[in-house]
Amino acid sequence: MQVTMVVNGEQVTRDVEGRLLLVHFLRDHLGLTGTHWGCDTSNCGACAVWMDGEPVKSCTVLAAMAGGHEVRTIEGLPGAGDLDFGPGDGLDPIQRAFMQCHGLQCGFCTPGMLMTARALLDSNPNPTAEEIREAISGQVCRCTGYATIVRSVQWAASEMAGTRRSVADDVEQ
Amino acid sequence: MQVPAPFDYERATSVDHAIGLLSRLGPTARLVAGGHSLLPMMKLRLAHYEYLIDINDLHEELGYVKVEPTQIRIGAMTRHRELLESPELRRSFPIFHEAERVIADPLVRNRGTIGGSLCQADPSEDLSAVCTTLDARCLIRGPGGDRVVGMADFYRGPYETAVGPAEMLIEIRFPVRPNGSSAYEKVGRRAGDWAVVSCGAAVWMEDGVITDARVGLAAVGPNTTGIPAISEALRGRPPSEEAYAEAGVLAARHCTPVTDQRGSAEYKRHLATELTRRALRRAVARIDAAPASPRAG
Repeated sequence: MQVTMVVNGEQVTRDVEGRLLLVHFLRDHLGLTGTHWGCDTSNCGACAVWMDGEPVKSCTVLAAMAGGHEVRTIEGLPGAGDLDFGPGDGLDPIQRAFMQCHGLQCGFCTPGMLMTARALLDSNPNPTAEEIREAISGQVCRCTGYATIVRSVQWAASEMAGTRRSVADDVEQ
Repeated sequence: MQVPAPFDYERATSVDHAIGLLSRLGPTARLVAGGHSLLPMMKLRLAHYEYLIDINDLHEELGYVKVEPTQIRIGAMTRHRELLESPELRRSFPIFHEAERVIADPLVRNRGTIGGSLCQADPSEDLSAVCTTLDARCLIRGPGGDRVVGMADFYRGPYETAVGPAEMLIEIRFPVRPNGSSAYEKVGRRAGDWAVVSCGAAVWMEDGVITDARVGLAAVGPNTTGIPAISEALRGRPPSEEAYAEAGVLAARHCTPVTDQRGSAEYKRHLATELTRRALRRAVARIDAAPASPRAG
């Protein structure tokens, strides 16, 4: 069957099997390997991407179900990219925060954590530590670096308080 | 890698279209809403269908919480997150907010639906316990028209419901009565996990006396379980610790837990007793705290 969706702002169409999962569509068909494929059972959250702006576990969404929707992956994180042309360092504030606060160790959970954290900050620019823990409660960091992840999200919140750029603006561009 | 066995994917554009597809494709077809129960089961080969009919496009039609004077109607495609964040629902039935907070995690709640939860009919599922507690009525539509089924008749055993092969759950209705409140208690092994045991309680009072009380338990029987004996024992009595304790004993006596990886049958009976007491106590405390209550001081 044919499926068409918008991924990181670009429309893509591919022939896929009905049973193909979104995580494999992104990684194997589009080559977007930033989205990690973890537990396969919707427990670990390494595969978190946005569907219509909300974080979802892409191992438990069929590629076909994402047809007609807007998907955003770590590669399309609003502030990311533009290494050569952007005004900054090519990092989204949430990425810079994880770097500043040691929010990652092995890095496997990081893309999913970043997607969920950025979605949280877009809806709640100044979350409490408890709200951050709740937001990432569907994601597992096997290095158990949760304290530094929470600290990173708080760092990003304060960073973004001054130079906030909304996702809505980014999608419209 | 875990992937489902091959199937054909169809996408329904309306309720009638979905029912038409179900009628045409027969029992080898299954509706998929959020997919967070069905797809994992298909990956594990615990379920197999030749056709999946995606009904997510019906969210506009079936995603709603409608508050009416005597009932609240919730569309089957209403997602967990919408139930968690609905202020109207929280005001009328605090049990919803409390249960939703402990169902899976925020990402799963962005996808999962109330209709999917009920039709999955997992005995440990929390929204099923809420619906059992609140005596919900399920509107089911098929080629022959509509019918309404109460929660006591909705479940037919683990993973089995009254919804027929060519039928679809459309709406869940909750009767609203004055001077009542509700609460939810859950013990799980870890955040976001299925319940070891969960308990919902709803209580209605007048002039300091319990006019009705309902308790719904998850994970202690083949389906979520209402305990009518508790309702009978509490009606007409003023709330008291003795009454809650008696209800707890009845809960343990009328449930049928089994020993599994989540705990022993004995432990689950203990939880049924204790969680029934806690949920009833908190539901009554909420009525006391409500400004409209004649008992509020």
